[in-house]
Amino acid sequence: MAKITYITSDDQTHTIEVQNGLTVMEGAVQNNIPGIDADCGGGMACATCHVYVKEDWFNKLPKKEDGEEDMLDMAFEPKTNSRLSCQIVVSDEIDGLEVNIPSKQA
Amino acid sequence: MNKTDALIIGAGPTGLFTAHQLNLIGLNCEVVDNLDKIGGQCIELYPDKPIYDIPAVPECTGEELTNNLIKQLKPFDIKFHLNERVEEVKRENDNWFVKTNSGRTFLTPNVIIAGGVGSFEPRKFSPKECEKFENKSLFYSVKDKKIFKGKTVSIFGGGDSALDWAVELSKDCSVNLIHRRDEFRAAQATTDKMLRLVKEGKINLFTKYQMTSVKGNQQLENIDIKHDNNEIKSLKTDYVLGFFGLIMQLGPIANWGLNINKKTIEVDTEKFETNQKGIYAIGDICNYPGKLKLILSGFHEGALAARACFKLARPNEKYRFEFTTTSKNLLKRLGKKG
Repeated sequence: MAKITYITSDDQTHTIEVQNGLTVMEGAVQNNIPGIDADCGGGMACATCHVYVKEDWFNKLPKKEDGEEDMLDMAFEPKTNSRLSCQIVVSDEIDGLEVNIPSKQA
Repeated sequence: MNKTDALIIGAGPTGLFTAHQLNLIGLNCEVVDNLDKIGGQCIELYPDKPIYDIPAVPECTGEELTNNLIKQLKPFDIKFHLNERVEEVKRENDNWFVKTNSGRTFLTPNVIIAGGVGSFEPRKFSPKECEKFENKSLFYSVKDKKIFKGKTVSIFGGGDSALDWAVELSKDCSVNLIHRRDEFRAAQATTDKMLRLVKEGKINLFTKYQMTSVKGNQQLENIDIKHDNNEIKSLKTDYVLGFFGLIMQLGPIANWGLNINKKTIEVDTEKFETNQKGIYAIGDICNYPGKLKLILSGFHEGALAARACFKLARPNEKYRFEFTTTSKNLLKRLGKKG
C-alpha cells in the first residue's frame, strides 16, 4: 500500500491508499479522480494519463522507457517533470508520492 | 441513400472481423471510418509494434494483423467509406437513418459501433488564441503545400510528420522546426536528413522549446516560444504547423441517446446491444461487467452482434448455426467448392 496524492488543476487534493502493483493511473481511475482519461487503458499508446511529478519524487521514480518519452511529445503541455501515470507502478517505496494533474489531457 | 443490412462504424480489427461474420451468415454491410485508411488503432497507433495475444497468431504487427483481416474479407463485397465521420443517427420506423459529415446517408436496421475510443482528431496547441488562426495560417495537416512557397513556416513536433514536412518545405520556404526535447522519434534516416539541413542553414532548429503564444490580427505575424529554462524567443512567421499525433474523441456518438459512461457505451453480453434496439457497440468502446480491452474480445463481441443483426435484417427467416468446415452454404459464400 502507498498513499498517493493527486492534485487537480483547480488545486483539489485527493489522497488515496493504492494497492501495490497497481499503477498510479489505475489508482486514479478506480477512485474517480477527475482529469485522468487513460483512453488506451494503460498501454502507453495515448498520453491521456499525463501527470506532473514533484521534482524530488521525479528523481526517485524508476526512469522512463523510450516509448514513454515519445508519447509525452503528444501530451498536453508537457514539462520536464511530466510522466505517464500508467507507467508508474505503486509500491511501498513510493508511499507519499504527489502528482499534479494537468488542466486537460488533450 | 445506401440501404444495407448493417452499418459498421469503425474499420479497426473489431469492425473488420464483424464485417466478415455478417457476410458469412448472409448479411451485407458497409463500413464507415474517419481515418483515411483501414485498420483503426492498429494502423494509426502501432503499425510496427508486435502484438502477441491474438489466438493462434504468436506474433504479428498492427499492420500485419490489419492486412490479414482485409485478406479474410476478400470473398465478400464490402463497401468502405473512409475519411468520413458519422454525424447523425436517428430512428426512421424500423430502420436507422445515418448521415456522415460528407452528406452520405444510409438506411439500415442495424448500426454496429466499433469505434475504439471514438474518432481520431489531431492534437492541438494549448494557447487558446490558436483557434483564431486555425485552418487559415495554423494547420494540423497539409492539404496544399503550394500556399507556403516563399513564406516562413514554423513546424512543431518531433515525429515523422513534423520532420518530413520540415525537410520537404525547406526546399522553397524558410523553415523553423521547434520540438520540446532534443531527441526525435521520427525515422533515423529522416532525422539525419533534417540535421544535415540544419547544418546547411536550410532549417532553423529550436529544441527544448514549446509554443506559449501566437500574435497577429487577421494574419498570423509572430509566435513566442519558451525554452525549458524559461527563456522566451519571438519568431516572425507566416504559417504554423503542429504535428502532435492524434487523439481519440467520442465526438457525435455522445448525442445518439446511448448509455455512456466514461467514454464507453453500456451493452448487454448476449447481443452487445445498447439501450437502443438495433444499435450495438463492440470492441474498446463497449462496456459490461468484466470487459477486457483486447482485440480477441472485440472478435467475440462482433460475432455475437452479427447474429443479433440477422433477426432485424431477416425478420422472416430463422438463423441457423453452421460451421465453415462443413456447411455448403458458408463455403459457397466464401467462394470455395462445397
